Amino acid sequence: MTSTTQPLDSAQSRSTMAPLRNLMRDYPVIPLLVLLIALVAALQILQPGIVIGDDGINHRWISNTIKFAVPLAILAGAQTMTMITGGIDLSVGVVATMTAFVMSTQVASGLDPALAIPVALACAALAGLASGIGVAIFRVHPLIMTLAIALVVEGLLLVYQRGMLGVSAQIPEIIAWLGTKKSFGVIPNSLLVFIPVALFIGFTLRRTGFGRNLYAIGDNEHAARLAGVRVWQVLIVLYVISALLAGIGGLVYVGLIKATTLSLAVPLMLPSVAAAVIGGVSIFGGRGGYLGVIVGALILRVVTSMLTVLRIDEGARRVIFGLIILGVVALYVRITQERQG
Amino acid sequence: MRAPLVPPHDTPPAVPRHETLTTPTPPADSPTGELILEATGVVKTYGAVTALRDASLAVRPGEVHALLGANGAGKSTLVKILTGAIHPDAGRILVRGTERQVHSPAEARKNGLISVYQEPALIPDLDVRANLRLTDTPVELFLDWVARLGVDRLGLNDMVGDLPLAILRIMDLARALALEPDVVLLDEMTAALPADLAENVLKTVGEQRESGRSVIFISHRLLEVNALCDRATVLRDGETVGVVDMGPGAEEQIVELMLGPSTDDEQDIHARVAVTTDDLEPAGVPRLSLRNLAAGTKLEDVSFELHAGEVLGLIALEGQGQDELFGILSGARHPSAGTLAIDGEEVSFRHPADAIDKGLVYVPGDRVEALLPQRSVRENIALPYNARLRRWGPIRMGREKGMVDTAIERLQIDTRSAGEVQRLSGGNQQKVTIARWIAGGVDTLLCFDPTRGIDIRTKRQIYHLLRELADAGSAVLLYTSELEEVQLACDRAVVIFGGKVVDTFPAEIADEPTLMRAAYGLSRETAEVGI
Amino acid sequence: MTAVTSALGSADGGSSNAAAKRFIRRNGWVLTLWALLGAMFVFTKIIQPDYGMAAATILVLAALPYAFATAGQSMAIIAGGIDLSMAAMMTLLSVSAAALMEGQGEEFGIVAVALVLLLGLGVGAVNGLSVVITRVPDIVVTLAFFFIWEGAALMILDSPGGAASTWLKDLIIGSVGADFIPTEISKFLPKALILLVVALGVVWIPLRRSKLGLSMYAIGSDKLAAHRSGVAVSRTKVASYAFAGLFAAMGGLVLTMNTGIGTPVQGPYLMASVAAAVLGGVALTGGRGGLVGPIVAVFILRLARQDLTLMSVDPNVAQVVEGLIMVAVVLVGATVALRGRRS
Repeated sequence: MTSTTQPLDSAQSRSTMAPLRNLMRDYPVIPLLVLLIALVAALQILQPGIVIGDDGINHRWISNTIKFAVPLAILAGAQTMTMITGGIDLSVGVVATMTAFVMSTQVASGLDPALAIPVALACAALAGLASGIGVAIFRVHPLIMTLAIALVVEGLLLVYQRGMLGVSAQIPEIIAWLGTKKSFGVIPNSLLVFIPVALFIGFTLRRTGFGRNLYAIGDNEHAARLAGVRVWQVLIVLYVISALLAGIGGLVYVGLIKATTLSLAVPLMLPSVAAAVIGGVSIFGGRGGYLGVIVGALILRVVTSMLTVLRIDEGARRVIFGLIILGVVALYVRITQERQG
Repeated sequence: MRAPLVPPHDTPPAVPRHETLTTPTPPADSPTGELILEATGVVKTYGAVTALRDASLAVRPGEVHALLGANGAGKSTLVKILTGAIHPDAGRILVRGTERQVHSPAEARKNGLISVYQEPALIPDLDVRANLRLTDTPVELFLDWVARLGVDRLGLNDMVGDLPLAILRIMDLARALALEPDVVLLDEMTAALPADLAENVLKTVGEQRESGRSVIFISHRLLEVNALCDRATVLRDGETVGVVDMGPGAEEQIVELMLGPSTDDEQDIHARVAVTTDDLEPAGVPRLSLRNLAAGTKLEDVSFELHAGEVLGLIALEGQGQDELFGILSGARHPSAGTLAIDGEEVSFRHPADAIDKGLVYVPGDRVEALLPQRSVRENIALPYNARLRRWGPIRMGREKGMVDTAIERLQIDTRSAGEVQRLSGGNQQKVTIARWIAGGVDTLLCFDPTRGIDIRTKRQIYHLLRELADAGSAVLLYTSELEEVQLACDRAVVIFGGKVVDTFPAEIADEPTLMRAAYGLSRETAEVGI
Repeated sequence: MTAVTSALGSADGGSSNAAAKRFIRRNGWVLTLWALLGAMFVFTKIIQPDYGMAAATILVLAALPYAFATAGQSMAIIAGGIDLSMAAMMTLLSVSAAALMEGQGEEFGIVAVALVLLLGLGVGAVNGLSVVITRVPDIVVTLAFFFIWEGAALMILDSPGGAASTWLKDLIIGSVGADFIPTEISKFLPKALILLVVALGVVWIPLRRSKLGLSMYAIGSDKLAAHRSGVAVSRTKVASYAFAGLFAAMGGLVLTMNTGIGTPVQGPYLMASVAAAVLGGVALTGGRGGLVGPIVAVFILRLARQDLTLMSVDPNVAQVVEGLIMVAVVLVGATVALRGRRS
């Protein structure tokens, strides 16, 4: 063993920045909340009355923002879990779309929603299984594998759609209720789905052995393996979970949009990655939590509102989102001076 | 600090008694006192670790100058700074008296310094000709040098990735010489070479003096250094502690400089950690029984036994097969031959989890290999316990905390700088890698050089811990590159050389000279035969 | 002479026997691909006896954008990176070409082509510079640009539109004709094919043997050794992405030439470019492969698709099959790369 191993200490110079850096690394939620508040304030300035009107806080805006943030946050949850292992899931948009499409066409063909939903989710799980096998056993880079799976699922969806040509999609009551309606005039019903999902993700990450293994694999896969973690098992389960989350997100989203198209949730794909990245999840793996991502999703919705108010069109929006991803990751790299992969 | 092991010195001797080598010629004509390369006051720190605190080097034109020091003394860091791979925090580099900023190997080359690293700087997927074109190396000149160095059948169309390491190192050297540098830096040049090529290299290096070229020669082989070099700069703990003129008696001077003065603290260390002496040849089924294990190219045929209640030291020079051996024992790789038995029962591992299930736990010496840098101490320690499928569910937080706290307590880990484990000091990090196995009780502990680069106090704590574990019934296999540890912490020592076990000693007679001889393959038997 | 030196072949490369063996070893994979392509043509002729030049020309036309995308992707991968923004760049450049040529005279076409090619170099260079400056891994940076370039395309043309000079369109339609070439021969020379070979050759042939080309292989093969050999790693990285952008520009131009307009929607060229590169012998880990293999691979994949159509397979099912083939290629490629690096 002739090589001098680099000391494990991060190459920080001793400065007063160090405690601030550590704070940002350990509790990224704090600056994020500050940012969110700042953005909301900016939005209010851009269009007075949108957040706080003449009769006080504009409940409609708040509940709308939350309603649209929920499916995004669920998809971002899938990204969070995969990114913690140093991977990513670029199939969430397509899988979400597929789940919604299958569910609604099955319901329209006469299947009881109570059965259609699990059937649709089962399809999602299969897609996740395929991704998981590619990543875990064939060691294909998750980015490429999930992209490939997205392609195949897209094709399969087209084939399925051809077989369902006579059937128009039908969205069951329960889904629409969950997606669109509010209770007590203020609280969106989709929170009924979101809160358990969020609790599941949060609990899994922080309080289960499985969650610990996710972090371990992302931080140092070799060490995890040496300590007895069967990495391939963890990864397969992970990608199945990710696909299921995407499926759930798709079901909520179709309840919100109330229209079933073949590219339903695809526009959520990019923002789901952005939300996770903004939320402090390291794209290199080993660090990050869901709380920040939820705030990240809210931030993105507020940013979208701002872009709409400023009448920024679709093209510019995409450019901005892409720049946000790049900028945030680059910023995190600088601030935390991580080792590159 | 005692010197760690020096890599093997081939018998028959690799250094022939040539005229030019035994009588070092004085430096070629040069303006009085002008140094071709000089470094002064070099400082480099990485966070909490100081790699260099005050290093210096002065090389005259036409001299062969050795750079010596134990592992961790700062040699590689200094070399990287000279060649522009990293920047110093302080200090100056002067080329022919003028201060220069060197920021890349290309710039170093412009300043007349070319380095030949231990890993050849050749591109595996390109052929020889392409590699030469890449660096604008004159082909004819290169081939001349290659021939001079003793390799006469190198094809320009050969793919570099197909060539053996020894040839690549020669090519690297030939390339460097063909570019006609003022100073050429050789890092462990003879380490991977067979005897005859090494001989040629040393001869050629010696001849560089005549063309006014200087050589910075880094090597662990003191005999070579003595025969070849004019002067030697010795580093210890990140600073230059002396410059020695080679000649009779230089070796002792150098060793003394490398070791440093013996302090009271060290006297203390050399008091042997208490041993239960009554059980030196324990009866019963051995905990581990290795028979004829082989793997890779370096591990040939290793057999020995490890008993419960003992600390067995494993001694070997670099690259004698110990990496492969530990790979097998920890479940990370398969043996190509031989068997392994635990408590009498033959086993075969397909994954480290299998080894762990059988009670074999592995503490890598390289903390980078073992730790999760961004995770907390607690998560690092608890890692093995949540690893298995049946533990993927909810964690019993209270129980885990208790377990972790006990381990931290026992190992006296300083967790003041909470948060990510990468912020801890090296010694504390090493304790964490051990702690993760302590928490649940240990059957058999495999330690690979756990005390490398660790402060004295922590080392002592680790020795105590290993003894305690053994006394409580565990079996401990301790591979170490520091020979003194055998008498400090072990009951027995087994020595491996050339992929085979060459000797076994009880601790009482396993002093450093004995171990050193054995490690070189000069065991008692072969010594008698007079090889 | 020690055992070590005897491991070397003879210095003169030995007899032509050794040279032949070396040739086969280095080019074996590409030769296999050619053989496979040939076999597929035979198969195609069997299932469709009147498969002739017309159909082959359609094949070439369909393959053009894929070929350029794959060429660009190969540049990035050989240098040790990957370019997930390939399809987005093509879209952007296609749309730019169409927008430039709208309402302009025929002569402007040349200017437009030159501008778009330059733009391609620039766009690629931006990718490369971002990778080098931010020190974020290639795969993440180009993922971000996947969206950025796509958005930029939308900003230029928010719906299909623009125009293309007629002579440009003619450049790829039909076969090369000239009075001195008898039709029996000229019909075998679809213009599209000539364009492809010339465009790629003009760039790749000088690049391949140049110091810059060698540097690209070097940084893909062993970045540290390359750095120590004095290779300007950052500059080479940027150059490799710039070349990827250049080929993307050619691909974008072809798209516009084919359709006569620009469409701000990404085509399916990303996955296809990665799969064809891998199939063509470009190692995902970098440093290995060339351009010929991937282009042959493109034709193999396109011909497979054409065969599915000829066999009257439902187009959607055909798309699934195509997707599955690409997945399989990537899986195998990854496994091979893993084995290769281990040994």
